[in-house]
Amino acid sequence: MLMYVVRRLLQAVPVVIGTTFLIYFMVFAMPGDPILAMFGDKTPNQATYDALAAQYHLDQPFLVQYGLYMKDLFSGNLGTTFSGQSVGEVLARTFPVTLKLAAMAIALEFSLAVILGLFAGLRKGKLFDNVTLVIGLVMLSVPIFVLGFLAQYFVAIKWGWASPTVGSDTSIANMWLPAVVLALSLFTTSMRLMRGTVIDTRSRDFVRTAYAKGLPGRRVIPVHVLRNSLIPVVTNSAANFGVLMVGATVTEGIFNVPGVGNTLYQAIIRGEGPTVVSFVTVMVLAYVVINILVDLLYAVLDPRIRYA
Amino acid sequence: MTQETTPVTDSAEPLVSIKDLEIGFQTGNGFVQAVKGVSFDIFPGETVAIVGESGSGKSTTATGIIDLLPSNGRITGGQVMFGGKDLTKASKQEIVRVRGREIGYVPQDPMSNLNPVWSVGFQVREAVLANNMAKNKKDADRRAIEVLQEAGLADAERRMKQFPHQFSGGMRQRVLIGIGLAADPKLLIADEPTSALDVTVQRVILDHLESLTREKNTALLLITHDLGLAAERASKVIVMYQGKIVEAGPSLELLQNPQHPYTKRLIAAAPSLASQRLKSSRVVAEAPQGDEIDLAAASAHRHEVVEQADHAGTPAIEVKDLTKVFSIRRGSFRSEPFTAVDKVNFQVPRGTTMALVGESGSGKSTVAKMVLGLETATEGEILIGGKDATALNREEMLAHRRRMQPVFQDPYGSLDPMRSIGSIIQEPLDVHKIGGRKERENRVNEVIDEVALPRTVLSRYPNELSGGQRQRIAIARALALKPDVVILDEAVSALDVLVQAQILQLLADLQEELGLTYLFITHDLAVVRVVADDVAVMERGKIVEHGKVEDIFTNAQTEYTQKLLDAIPGANIPLGA
Repeated sequence: MLMYVVRRLLQAVPVVIGTTFLIYFMVFAMPGDPILAMFGDKTPNQATYDALAAQYHLDQPFLVQYGLYMKDLFSGNLGTTFSGQSVGEVLARTFPVTLKLAAMAIALEFSLAVILGLFAGLRKGKLFDNVTLVIGLVMLSVPIFVLGFLAQYFVAIKWGWASPTVGSDTSIANMWLPAVVLALSLFTTSMRLMRGTVIDTRSRDFVRTAYAKGLPGRRVIPVHVLRNSLIPVVTNSAANFGVLMVGATVTEGIFNVPGVGNTLYQAIIRGEGPTVVSFVTVMVLAYVVINILVDLLYAVLDPRIRYA
Repeated sequence: MTQETTPVTDSAEPLVSIKDLEIGFQTGNGFVQAVKGVSFDIFPGETVAIVGESGSGKSTTATGIIDLLPSNGRITGGQVMFGGKDLTKASKQEIVRVRGREIGYVPQDPMSNLNPVWSVGFQVREAVLANNMAKNKKDADRRAIEVLQEAGLADAERRMKQFPHQFSGGMRQRVLIGIGLAADPKLLIADEPTSALDVTVQRVILDHLESLTREKNTALLLITHDLGLAAERASKVIVMYQGKIVEAGPSLELLQNPQHPYTKRLIAAAPSLASQRLKSSRVVAEAPQGDEIDLAAASAHRHEVVEQADHAGTPAIEVKDLTKVFSIRRGSFRSEPFTAVDKVNFQVPRGTTMALVGESGSGKSTVAKMVLGLETATEGEILIGGKDATALNREEMLAHRRRMQPVFQDPYGSLDPMRSIGSIIQEPLDVHKIGGRKERENRVNEVIDEVALPRTVLSRYPNELSGGQRQRIAIARALALKPDVVILDEAVSALDVLVQAQILQLLADLQEELGLTYLFITHDLAVVRVVADDVAVMERGKIVEHGKVEDIFTNAQTEYTQKLLDAIPGANIPLGA
C-alpha cells in the first residue's frame, strides 16, 4: 500500500516536469513583451527595463530561463509576481478558497448524482427517470455563465437568499450559491452513470441470490445494489473535482470568488511566466494526489482491488 | 447409487403442489410464453429433478416458484400451493418470509452469485439474520460458521473474513449451498448447482448436497440439463421441452423405458449414457433411427481405421518433453516460477483423435496453446507432421498456422459480433492470401455445406444464430484453410446435449471425409469416450496416464483417472433398450 503510493508519487515527477516545461514554453511563446505590458501606457526607461528583465531572467534564452526557474522552484522559492507579491503567498491565499469551493461543489454533485441516479435506475422508464433526465440535460446544455448569472440575479439579488458576490468572506454560508451552480452544471453525467450501473447491478445474479436468502428490498438495494454501483460514479466525480481544482474561472468571475481561477487568468493575460507555472505546478500536483486518493478509494469500495 | 434414498409416500400431503403454472417474458418482440401449463408435486424429503435443454423453461419454473424471475418475467396463470397458500398470489412480505426460511435456493454459477464487495462471512450472516436464525451478531457469526462447515468448508472460521474472489469455484458453490440451507428450509431449489464445476468437484458437491438434504429431510428440486445426473440423484425425473412437461416418472423407469420421443432423443444424445466411439454417420445410415443422432448406436469399426493409421508414417502431432514455466508474481518485486506443463510427451497419428483430459488448472489448455503457437514453450519440441514448430520465423509460423486451426469453447465469445458469417469464415483465406475473390467465395460456400448449414446464413450475423449453429460456424472457419490438424479446446462443453451430439457427429463425419487429426481438449470424460481414439490424462502439468480409450475406460491405472471416471454422472445406470 505505502509502496504503491510512493510509486505513484514518483510517477508524478515526470508529469510535473513535462507540464511545467510545456506551460513555460507557451507563456514564453506568447506574443507581446511582459515588461512593457506591466507599465501599461507608459514606457519604462532602459535601466528599469533591464533590471526587471534580469530579475525575472527574461534576458536569458528560453532553456536557461526554464532551468533557473525550476531550480528556484525545487528550492522552495516560487518567485514573485510582477506586482511584487510572493507567488507562494498568493497561492496560500487563493488555493484554499478554490479547494473549499470545489469540495463543496463536488460533495453536492456526488450526492445529487447518487441519490437521483439510484432512484432513476430503480424507476427506469417511469416519470421520475424521465423528469431527472430532462432536468439533467437542461443543466448540461445551459452554459455555466447563463446558469451563474440567472442564479445570481434570482436567488441572490431578487429573492435575497444568498450574497451575490463572495469577496473576502469565504465561509461556507457565503459561498453556497456558486457551489450549487457548479454542482448543477456537473451532476448530469455522474447521475446518468449511476442510473446505468444501478440498472445493470440490479439484474446481476448476486442480487437475485440476496433476494433468495429472504432479504427484503429495503436491505438489498442499499447493501447489494448501491455499493456495487458507486465505483464509476466515484471515478467521474473525482475527475470533476480535478477540473474544479484548476479553478472554475467563469464561476469565480461571476461571484467574485478570490480563488486560483481568477488569479491565474490575470497572470496569463499579463504573461507572467513564473506565476503561471507555479500555479500550474501546484494544480498538477493536486490533480495527481486526488487521483491517487481515488485509486485508494477504489480498494475500499471493491475488495478485489489490492495495491501492492 | 441412490435410488432408494427418498421413498415416495402416496399418503403424505405434497410439500409443494404446482398446478398449470404459466410464465411469460416481455421481450422486444412482444410477450413470449416460456412455461406453458406445468403441474407437478414435490413431497417432503423427496428429490425431484427437472431435465431439459436451455430454453425449455426449467429454470424459469424453478425461479417462478419463489418469484425470483427477471424483471421482465411474469406469472400469467396457475398456482403454486405451499403450506396451504398460493405463492403466485402472495404479497411481497409473504414471499420474502417464504424465501430462505421455507424455500432455499442454490443458483447455477458460483462465480457471479456472490457479491464481490462483501466478505463471505457477511453474506452468510445476512442469510442467517434475515431468517431469524440468530438473536445477535455473535450468535449469527456462530451459526454462519456452522452453516459453512456443514456445507463442507472445514476452515470456515478462518475464511469468514475473506472475499469471494479468494475462493475457488467449488468453495463458492459450497458457500451458496450453505446460504441456501442456512435457515433449514423445507425445500431447496438447486438450479444447475454444479454445471460450472469440474466433474470431480461436481461429484463431491452433489454427494454433500444429498447427505445434507437427507439428514434434514429437506426436499430438493434439482434443475439440470444432464439426464445421467438427474437419474442418479433424483427419485423422480420431469422432462421439460418448450415450456411443457413431456414426460415425468420415477427416474430409473423413465430412463430405461422412455415413452416420449424427446426423452428418447435426450437419452440417446447424452454422452454420459452412451458407451462407444462415434463413427461417421454414413456407416450408421442403415440403422433404424434414421435422422436421429444416437451416440450409443454410432459405434464400432473405428478401431480398424485407427489400427491402420497408427502405422502410417509420421504422426500428425508429436510433442516431446514439452514444458511451460510461468512466473507468478508474489508481492511487488518477487516472483516465483510455476510449472504449468511438465515434460509432456504424446503422439497423435494422422486421422485420429486424441483427447487431453484433466480438471481446470491441469495444464491441458496450455498444451493446446503451445501446439497452436499462441504460447511459447519453455522447453521441448512440438513436431507437426514431422516439422519442428517451436523455432519458426514469422513466415514459417504463418504457413504452420495454416495447417492447424483451433475451435474454442465459447461460441458466443469466439465470433466477432460485428462481422457477417461469410466474412468470418472468409477471413482466414484473406489472411493467408488464398486464391482470388471468386475462389474464396467458392471455398466459403464449400465449408458451409460441409458443416451442414444453409448458404443463406452467410449474410447473417452471429447474434442471429443459436449456440450450436455458431459452433458449426467456428468449425467452418477452422476448416476454410483445409488444415490437417484441428485443435478443439472444450469445443462442445458449452452446448446442450442434443446440440452437443450433433456437433460431435459432425466432427466424426468431417474426420472421416477429410482425414482430419483432432486434438480434443476437455474436462468431460463422457465426451472423450464417444469422440476419441487415444486419451491422455493430465494432472498438475503432467500426463499421468496415456492409452487407448477402451483400455482407460475399462482398466484405469491411476487413482486420479479412476476418480475422473467415477465422477461421470449416471455412468453406472443400466439402460433399457
